[in-house]
Amino acid sequence: MTKFLIIVTGILGLAVVFQILRTFQLAAKLRGKNDWEVTDHENKTQALMMPIFMVFFFGFVIWQIMRWGHLALPEAASVHGEQTDMLLSVTWWIITPVFFITHILLFYFCYKFVYNKDRRADFYPHNNKLEMLWTIVPTIVLTCLIIYGLVTWNKTMTPIAEDTDHVLIELYGKQFDWTARYAGEDMRFGDANIRRIAGANVLGIDSADVNAADDKIVKGEFHLPVDKPVQFVFRSQDVIHSAYMPHFRAQMNCVPGMKTQFNFVPKYTTEEMRQKVGNPEFDYLVLCNKICGAAHYNMQIKIVVESQEDYDKWLAEQATFIASNEEAPVQPEKPEVVEAEAAAPAIENDSTKTE
Amino acid sequence: MSAHAEHHHHEEDFLFKYVFSQDHKMIAKQFLVTGFTMGFIGMLMSTFFRLQLGWPGKSFTVLETFLGDWAPNGVLDPDKYLALVTIHGTIMVFFLLTAGLSGTFSNLLIPLQIGARDMASGFLNMLSYWFFLTSSIIMLYSLGVEGGPASGGWTIYPPLSALPQAIPGSGTGMTLWLVSMSLFIVSSLLGGLNYIVTIINLRTKGMKMTRMPLTIWAFFLTAILGVLSFPVLFSAALLLVFDRSFHTSFYLSDIYIAGEALGYDGGSPILFEHLFWFLGHPEVYIVLLPALGLSSEIISVNARKPIFGYRAMIGSMMAIGFISFIVWGHHMFMSGMNPFLGAVFTFTTLLVAIPSAVKVFNYLTTLFKGNLVFTPQMLFAVGLVSTFISGGLTGIILGDAALDINIHDTYFVVGHFHIVMGLSAIFGMFAGVYHWFPKLFTRMMNNKLGYAHFWITIVCAYGVFLPMHFMGFAGMPRRYYEYSNFPIFDGTLEIGTIISVFAIIAALGQVIFLINFVYSAIWGTKAPKNPWHSNTLEWTTPVEHIHGNWPGEIPEVHRWPYDYSKPGKELDYVPQTVPLEEGELDEGNHH
Repeated sequence: MTKFLIIVTGILGLAVVFQILRTFQLAAKLRGKNDWEVTDHENKTQALMMPIFMVFFFGFVIWQIMRWGHLALPEAASVHGEQTDMLLSVTWWIITPVFFITHILLFYFCYKFVYNKDRRADFYPHNNKLEMLWTIVPTIVLTCLIIYGLVTWNKTMTPIAEDTDHVLIELYGKQFDWTARYAGEDMRFGDANIRRIAGANVLGIDSADVNAADDKIVKGEFHLPVDKPVQFVFRSQDVIHSAYMPHFRAQMNCVPGMKTQFNFVPKYTTEEMRQKVGNPEFDYLVLCNKICGAAHYNMQIKIVVESQEDYDKWLAEQATFIASNEEAPVQPEKPEVVEAEAAAPAIENDSTKTE
Repeated sequence: MSAHAEHHHHEEDFLFKYVFSQDHKMIAKQFLVTGFTMGFIGMLMSTFFRLQLGWPGKSFTVLETFLGDWAPNGVLDPDKYLALVTIHGTIMVFFLLTAGLSGTFSNLLIPLQIGARDMASGFLNMLSYWFFLTSSIIMLYSLGVEGGPASGGWTIYPPLSALPQAIPGSGTGMTLWLVSMSLFIVSSLLGGLNYIVTIINLRTKGMKMTRMPLTIWAFFLTAILGVLSFPVLFSAALLLVFDRSFHTSFYLSDIYIAGEALGYDGGSPILFEHLFWFLGHPEVYIVLLPALGLSSEIISVNARKPIFGYRAMIGSMMAIGFISFIVWGHHMFMSGMNPFLGAVFTFTTLLVAIPSAVKVFNYLTTLFKGNLVFTPQMLFAVGLVSTFISGGLTGIILGDAALDINIHDTYFVVGHFHIVMGLSAIFGMFAGVYHWFPKLFTRMMNNKLGYAHFWITIVCAYGVFLPMHFMGFAGMPRRYYEYSNFPIFDGTLEIGTIISVFAIIAALGQVIFLINFVYSAIWGTKAPKNPWHSNTLEWTTPVEHIHGNWPGEIPEVHRWPYDYSKPGKELDYVPQTVPLEEGELDEGNHH
């Protein structure tokens, strides 16, 4: 019944609107005009609306900056993040004036050059010099931005050299949580394959691989030492996920069937960051940033950045793979698994690596 | 074509006049009405999920009324939230802004503005529409199937889109999505080939390429982009069908899901991303170029002034079209592809800013010292220049790989592409409808409603999409059902609410347009032959539609289309059919 009434009201409403339109149309005709013709008055009103809109538009932009500017991510908590933030500032300083100037010109011209039947527009079809000017100036500016951007990008994406002291950690995504694995003393991950996933062996690690013995697997949160390079290797078990660590200005997709990587140096401990942002509850997070299913919006893991001592202490408390494996033995392997394992790409051949 | 001219008085029955029509003007109307219908559905979907995003977890009766068990107790289901987001994107990008925009205006204007009796192949043109309609119906039908429609985002990245275990929408819904899009691609190719052939072969006497209106140039380049890139999407979709149905491993490898290791081995989702974006990026310009073409024409007519830098405008559209083919990787900076490729794509991507800047400055110079008539279409064209600037500038940030690291897939991206591609294209489309309504429906639209429509739309559109940039800088990922699991985003709740309020008002504002459209098409004031005092050929045809467009000979063209306010002329416009006087320069053809 309600739906019926809504429909009837809608139809009646439309009929009323159409009648009003009809009246306007007839009234205009009586005045010897058409309802579609732009009158002088309308033209002037619309022209005046342009600068008025501009004021509100700019006002809205500034209001937002004042009201929501503080919501922007705090200072980068990683070393390369400082550089990308700098690049971002430089880019803003270039595009903001362009935004304002072009808009001022646009709305001012609209206001200033409104139709006047006693005037004629300037017949000005082209001017090669002007056109060269606004081809060359953007080209120069963009060339500088491109070079600056590429330098920053290359620095950021260069993998950590083998001989540098660093932390090697694997972040493993699946619907809908994260697992982290530390490579251990030997700085090598034990081979893993989805075909071995069983019971407590959630990463499908090959228990026969000597490199696997000291691997440490953690869930819920993982820790990083401050000021030490961290080499991340990302894997996924099912669909594409994206490990997004906004405070570190770090992100990389986790793609099933391949290993991807990213590295950064954490600059502030969680404690320091809490003081910086003035929030004792603050935590670094990994969020999933590639649509991965119904609970995509709640796929996170906490990162704790702390001093080297605290980190060493925490890591020592975590069980190694071999230890946890003895508690919950995995099922015996099937022969074909070994073949599949051989086909899995080694990290040395990873496509994300720059030469 | 002369055969057409002879039998144009021949009476046709209803079925062949309105349904199985091969007349480009009728096909244009069919595309327009179908495109807008899809567009309204897409817009309605966005208001539904905006309710959830603006007021997370709140119960809305309207959701339950419209969506039924997608929104139990009036709260949108997380799976169905993704379904709505996915289908909203698909409909808006493809059905409204590709088929609706190009389909309408390429069909209407190409024959009329180049002086042809119809498209090169009326039959293929009719097929193009029927494939499009079938594709639209299948896409809408997929909303009702078991498991819901495709829900993996409009980019349908596998494995999410390949495995029903991963998300329910990847079952029958995804199959129908692929079927629908395959038909859509056929439609687009039939249309595109027709546009290209028609423009190359059927120009009237004197219509040199450099005397074509910029609209035609835009449609021409758009059609070329479509013909070169849509087949790649087709192959991407085909391989996905193989992976889904025949257990091949083009895109899939090493997957363990729902407690089971699947047999796929050796495929790569990145291959799909490459294939998808090889269409996906040119697609942005398939959407944008027609809008730029329409607005170039509209700004020139309503400024009573030649478009500034006609040749530079053509050149920049060509440059944009060319560059659009070598930038697809900027959607994949974080995909895990080699960072060296990221560097290459950063370089090519930022190059797009140069021809774009040229276009903006040329628009501004066209307005400078013009004699501006603010018809509704002029307002929308000015709005397009504004959104093209606002959205284009944030592209300089996103195109830079080093900056993309942290805002990739956040709301910053959503804000950026909705402004530069969504708003610019829809503004261009609205401008086109107001301007060429007399050629579509032989009647005029009401301009007071047009003004209201424009101001509500632009205010609300910026109200929706500007705040999204702040959410992006707060690090908020897109396609999240809600953010309450993250205390770091607590302060952003009010941004979501404000966006949703603007979105709802914007949607209501479109009702004004709908009323104006329907009313004017049926009862609007009869159009005069050349209401806007325009130079182009379509205004030399009779108001009432006839087969073959011109009752007698097709007029000959003697000059470029932008002789507005030319010194020494009595009127402030000189139609293209007026011969050059002795010693008069043909402006588009000297430099």
